[in-house]
Amino acid sequence: MSGAETVIRIDGVSQAFGAPGDPRRVVALESASLEIARGELLSLIGPSGCGKSTLLNIVGGLATPSTGQVTIAGQVVKGPSPQKVAFVFQENTLFPWRTVIDNVKLGMAFQGVPKSERDDRAQESLKAVGLADFTEHYPSQLSGGMKQRAQLARALGLQTEILLMDEPFAALDEQTRMVLGEDLSVLLARTGKTIVFVTHSLVEAVFLADRVAVLTARPGKIKKIISVEEAHPRKSSFMTSPKLSALRNELYELLHDEIRKTMTLRGETGQSHE
Amino acid sequence: MSKRLVQLGVLIAILVAWYVATLPGGVHPLLLPPPIPVFRNFGVLLTTSSIWPDLFVTVREWVTAFCLASTAGCLIGYLVSRSGYAVRVFDPLFAGLYSVPAILLFPLYLLFFGLGAGSKIAIGTTIAFFPVVLNTIAGLSYVDKAYITAAKSMGANSAQLFWSVMMPAAFPVILTGLRLGCIVAFLSILGGETISSLAGLGHRIVSLAENMETSQMFANILFAVAMAIIINGLVSFAEARGRRGFQ
Repeated sequence: MSGAETVIRIDGVSQAFGAPGDPRRVVALESASLEIARGELLSLIGPSGCGKSTLLNIVGGLATPSTGQVTIAGQVVKGPSPQKVAFVFQENTLFPWRTVIDNVKLGMAFQGVPKSERDDRAQESLKAVGLADFTEHYPSQLSGGMKQRAQLARALGLQTEILLMDEPFAALDEQTRMVLGEDLSVLLARTGKTIVFVTHSLVEAVFLADRVAVLTARPGKIKKIISVEEAHPRKSSFMTSPKLSALRNELYELLHDEIRKTMTLRGETGQSHE
Repeated sequence: MSKRLVQLGVLIAILVAWYVATLPGGVHPLLLPPPIPVFRNFGVLLTTSSIWPDLFVTVREWVTAFCLASTAGCLIGYLVSRSGYAVRVFDPLFAGLYSVPAILLFPLYLLFFGLGAGSKIAIGTTIAFFPVVLNTIAGLSYVDKAYITAAKSMGANSAQLFWSVMMPAAFPVILTGLRLGCIVAFLSILGGETISSLAGLGHRIVSLAENMETSQMFANILFAVAMAIIINGLVSFAEARGRRGFQ
């Protein structure tokens, strides 16, 4: 991705919760810096609590960093920018009192899309995620995987340049994630969006991303960035390729120590920290 | 369906027990009138207009009390729900007051508002206010944060957030509060009328008892019970419809 124009610039971003000196103060992120190019898919991976989701929320303007700043296309992020950035959340945030298509349309209403355009655009994005036959269903009538497809459709309907995905498949079983991951790769290759994708899964990170950014244990810093260099859309054969295994193993090595550190911090391993 | 049969069986058993207890040599008819004249009098109540003036008084008190309680409850509940601090202060306060038997205020209301409709409206409003306000606070202040974050990320302004996210999310809970308020307003007004009043269904029942016309009194009690059951059915139906309407 070298040479492509930078769209998201994360510049020395730190995030702490609680006042300085407070024993309960938690530093979630420490001077993270990262540049994301137009059309790139970047995975953020790291031990739990390392601030991956915090970083994503800061990029999307849902949280304000303690220090540092994020710029999107040259403009400093100061709050949600619904014209440029759409979110797909881990938990189901479809409104249960609206049908799938009305959920998609409501997102557009919030964003300010004229009423006359909403229906066509909603139909189109639902078709893109394979939910054309479920437009009039209520979220409670959908499976977990379909709910995430519907959330993706709602984000796609906003037609933003940037898509931020916060562990969108975390609550799904492995087989559903696999299929969704393949479909996502095909879909995103077509739309050419810039995507930041937070995940816990090493395989998912490598399979989907152009680059994988590995975060350290808390306070989270960017430890290393790995390039995947495989054309999109990724084929299912890539899943079983030696290249993917090698990258996965590299990530595993990078993460292993960090995960140990996190567990020790929490007292979840045999080694206590008195 | 067997559930319904058992329920019907219990009702029939009560009627039979009632009939048997009032056979010659049983309970004195002044204390417990036999079922047949009671039902005959009930039939007369339904087919003549003698009960209408009292029915009108009670219904007017009830509707007024419910309108006042639901307006005040929804409005105050909404205002409280706007600040987390206010919720922490007022939610336990209202819940605590709700557990006080508000009927104890009735003698005071008689002094303030007199023997007429005023004191009944006051007690009905007081008692119906609490379920409405508590459910409004609960509904509006415990909307899942994830919905709010998602809406904000898509650019929802505060009016959109309220009408498209908060209200539909809270609506079923508020509706339950309104249903409870509607029913307790009716019950407390009937209670107030039996304690001290000039007119109304409760007043009618008490004066019939004082005149030893127990058969008539039972017919009127039956009328009030039937009314309470019908009201409960109607508001439950309205609640179910309202829930669906907002989805």
